[in-house]
Parts: sequence; structure tokens; C-alpha cells
Amino acid sequence: MKTLRLLVSLGLMLLPGAATAQNAPQPGPGPAPGAGPVAGQRLTVDISGGISQPMPIAIPVMPTPSALQTPAGPTDALGSQVSDVITNDLKNSGLFAPLSKGQLKPVSFPQVPAPDYGAWLPTGAQALVQGYVQANGDGTLTVGCYLYDVFSKTEMVRQGFVVKPSDWRRGAHKCADTVYSRLTGEGPYFDSQVIYVSETGPKKNRTKRLAIMDQDGASHRFITNGQSLVLTPRFAPSQQTVVFMSFENDQPRVYVYDVGSGRKRLVVNQPYTTFAPRFSPDGRFILFSMIVNGNCDIYRVSAGGGTATRLTTSPGIDTGGSYSPDGAHIVFESDRSGTQQLYVMGADGGGQHRISFGSGRYATPVWSPRGDLIAYTHLGGGFSVGVMSSDGSGAKDLTNGWQDEGPTWSPNGRVLMFFRTAKGSGKADLWSVDLTGVNERAIPTPLDGSDPAWGPLLP
Amino acid sequence: MNKTTTLLCTAALIAVAGCTKKPPAKLPPAPSQTVTTPETTTTTNTQTNGVTPGSRADFLNQAGSDTVHFATDSSDIDSEATAILTKQATWLQKFPNVRVTVEGHCDERGTREYNLALGDRRANSAKNFLVNAGVNPARISVISYGKERPVATGSDEDSWAQNRRAVSVVPQ
Repeated sequence: MKTLRLLVSLGLMLLPGAATAQNAPQPGPGPAPGAGPVAGQRLTVDISGGISQPMPIAIPVMPTPSALQTPAGPTDALGSQVSDVITNDLKNSGLFAPLSKGQLKPVSFPQVPAPDYGAWLPTGAQALVQGYVQANGDGTLTVGCYLYDVFSKTEMVRQGFVVKPSDWRRGAHKCADTVYSRLTGEGPYFDSQVIYVSETGPKKNRTKRLAIMDQDGASHRFITNGQSLVLTPRFAPSQQTVVFMSFENDQPRVYVYDVGSGRKRLVVNQPYTTFAPRFSPDGRFILFSMIVNGNCDIYRVSAGGGTATRLTTSPGIDTGGSYSPDGAHIVFESDRSGTQQLYVMGADGGGQHRISFGSGRYATPVWSPRGDLIAYTHLGGGFSVGVMSSDGSGAKDLTNGWQDEGPTWSPNGRVLMFFRTAKGSGKADLWSVDLTGVNERAIPTPLDGSDPAWGPLLP
Repeated sequence: MNKTTTLLCTAALIAVAGCTKKPPAKLPPAPSQTVTTPETTTTTNTQTNGVTPGSRADFLNQAGSDTVHFATDSSDIDSEATAILTKQATWLQKFPNVRVTVEGHCDERGTREYNLALGDRRANSAKNFLVNAGVNPARISVISYGKERPVATGSDEDSWAQNRRAVSVVPQ
């Protein structure tokens, strides 16, 4: 993925008559992790503990300095589309209440760095997002992004993103991420993709295809053709590579697949069933499960291929390994005690100990990118998605479906996507839920969906 | 329309040219002639109407069932499964050149990856029974489909019980 270029100094370069130039922000994906509001700024979204009221926020259509044609359409239309993408991102986070279109007022280009606060105050909006879309002379676009505190009439942050026209959505997501991070203190997550299994057909014989889409459902594309049963795809951190399991040639095997070239290879050259693959956070290793002589264990192999190292040896079923973000530990599921439970071990397989002790069974563990929590499928009367601390304490279910399973974390460790299967029909769909258990919502996909895996934040 | 016609003609040409690896040297025998299997392999069986000895249909006839079932979360062979697998083993020993694939399956009330492993456990359980009954393990391959290929589509105990199974598949 091409890194988006951050414009260093919007004030100087693009807006004649703008206020004094800001100090250049460092290029990068956004504020430092854990950065809270700047001292003196009062406007924040409180998301610790329960959810307070969503913050009313105004996101008017973004003007353009000059309506020019681009391969992605005219820049004035893009301005409207960009504000729509930002509005959807912020609304779908559950933490913001964007003004309806009827409440929004048109914003002229000169007003972008100099908002008409008086016009916005009566709407009840506490925050205001203004920006613009500009066609640069070299074929790129700039998406300018400004966040204002309406009550104190102050600018909170400004950033610009230079993108190819075909990447205009990423400019919108980057702006939404800037606003979100600034107001919540959380890391960003909107500029990311999800890979999952698109399903269709009768329950006895589903056709399954791998598909990739933006986290908001846009830019959806299939990457396999459905001729072979495919399961559990996961991105490498770089997102150029994917691991997944396929039944082609009637042999259940994990493949490593280069998305750009379409080439794939077996994760290991062994005549055994392999499945449940996952990359390490640094992309150097692939964990997978392999069944040798009827015994299922977790193995690790270099992402470039080679001989696998065996990490578990119990005679039970050991599967579903997921690394901690620092790469030092792995959480996995094992039925060595008699039922599926969660275990943690060191990255080299040492120190294996159980962490789940609640009623029922625990499966499909995934370690949060923030390191603080482990999400899982809790099998009790129904299947629920839940989270616990990495030592197993504080376990709680976040959903309560008939069969909710297979959670995956957003890049900021704040949202979980999972799939929900309907009783009877067996139809599966993708859903997401906030860490606090609120804002449970369906993710739009062209067909049914299962086995989602959320990719990292794009650079 | 033209394109479709062209495609159909092309497809017909391909079919005639031979999707099979080698075109047959001569036409296959007319249906009224005797079938190809040597009669020595059927010494102890009465011929069932037109069923080729050593075929899948013959296997199903003689063994009674290609499927054994399991309790929830279990891969234990119960008494009913024992009886079925014993008959399967008997048949397999009669036709030593027939390869068999044992498929393992689970019901939908389990998670995706664990069920792949559990299905494999069930398939191996059935395979081990056959091996202990005298079938050469080199003839037996094992594959798990986890919960991906149910035979019963309901979300109820009866459907789930039907789906927790190991199926011994011999070639047609």
C-alpha cells in the first residue's frame, strides 16, 4: 500500500490569507497512540467505562477551490462523497451523532479555515469538521481536513492528505481518523480493510469465496472464484500477503497468497492437514495448526517458508494461535483439559497455562492490538463474543446471539467484528460491536459472510 | 446469441475431441454384454442385480452403511458404529485393491477451526477401527470437513446427530 503523503503545512501552501502557518506535524498515520486532548482543550468524547451520549458533530459537504474533472469524478462531487464517508465512519463508531443533511449549511472554500461559528452554534453541534477536495496539477488530489470546537470557537487540528484519485476514500478515512482520534484519544481505525469469506448457496453445499473490502464495506472485491472451499483468511501486517485454508484437490491446506500477483504456495510442504493460520504482528512468522498422526498441534514457520517449529505437544486438539502485539506470547485454544479452553504460552511454546475458567467453553481467541484484552467465542447455551484480560480475569460476553463466533479486532483495539449464524437457515452475516458491548451493527456485504479478519491500519 | 452458439459448438467439439486423457481405442461394450469385473472376486456373494462387485454400490449393499455417528464432542466408536465398521472392514478385506477415504464431519454447534480438528479425530477413529480389524492402513486416507458439509440442514438435535459422522467413501 502506498503511504499517503501528509501535507506538512496546509496554511502556507493552499489557502491564501489563512492564519499563520502551523508548525509542521510529523508525517505519519496520526496522533501518537494514547495521545489525549491537548491541555486546555475541553472537547473530548468520554469513552472509558460506559458510553455517554454520542457527540453531535457537523460534517458539511466539502467545497473545492475549483471544480475540476478527475478519474474519480469532478472535485465538487468528491467533496460531497468525502463528507459522506466521514459521516458514516463517525456515526458507525457509535460515538458521534452527525447532523442530518437538512441541518447542514453550505461552506464556501474561504470559510474552510475560518468557520462561521455563529451559524453552527444553534445546531447543537459540538464539533465541526470542514475540509476541501482539490485537484493538484500532477494528477493527485488533496483532501484537506479541519476540526473545530464550536463552543470555544477554536481549531483543534488540521491535516491534509495527498492521494491518487482512485484512493479518494482513503483520504476521507484518514480525515475521519484524525477527527476520531483527536476527540476520543483512541487510536485510528477507519483507514483499514477486512478480508472475509463471502458465502452463498444451500446450507449443505455452500459456495465460499475470499473477499476483501474497506472496513465500511466499500471497494468490495472477490479474490477467489468459489471452486474450492476456502476458510479463515488473515492478512499479513503488510497486507500484501494473505494466509488462508483451502480444500482444493481435496486436500485441506494452508496457503500463503500474494494479493498483487495472485500467486500462492503451501505454507509448508507436508502431507498433512494444515489450517487455522495467522501471521505474527511483525509479519516474520506464520502460526498454523497441523494434524500429524491424528494429533492436532500449533506450529510456527517463517513467513518466507521452510521447516516448521512445533509449539504444542499435548495429545488434545491445540489450535487457533494468536500472537500478543509485542510478539512475546501466543493465546490459543486447547481441549487438553477435556473441553475447549484458552491457554497462553510464550512465543517459543514455553510456559503454557490455562486462562479461561468460567462456565462453558472458550474458543477462537484473538489478542487485541492494544495488548490489553483477548476476545473469544464463548460457548454456553448459545455462542457469544466476549473479552477478558490477558490473564483471564474480567471475562464478559459482549453479544448474545444464537451463534456468534470468530471475533477479530479493529486496528485500535476498540471494535470487534464477528459473524452471526442464523438458526435453521444457517445464513451467516458479518457484525461488529464496540468493546463496551454497545453499537452492535450489521456490516453490509453483497452476499453472506463469515470468518472476517480485520487488517491493520493502512500507512 | 451468436456468441452462445459459438461457445456451444466449441464445447461440443471439445467434448467430442475427448475430455478424457486418452480417446478410447474402440467403443465400449454394448450394455447387454457382461461387465468387466472378473468373476473370481464374487465367489461367496450372490450377484445382486447388476451391482458390480467392488463398487460403491456393492459396498453399501454389503456393509449396510457407509456412515457411523458420534456423540457431541466425541470421537468414540459406540456399539452401533462397531457393527457397521466391522461389516465395512469385512468388505474392504474382500477387495484389497479398493482405496477408501474416511471423511470426518461435525455438527454446526462448534467453532470453525476446532471442528476441523474434531472431524479429523472422528475420521481417524473410524480408520483406526478398520485398521485394527485388518484393513491395510495404506489404503485408507482421511479428510476432515469440519462443519462445512452437513447432510441434515435443520438446527435441532436430530439434524446435529446426523451430521456428527464419519463416512467411508469408496470409488464408484
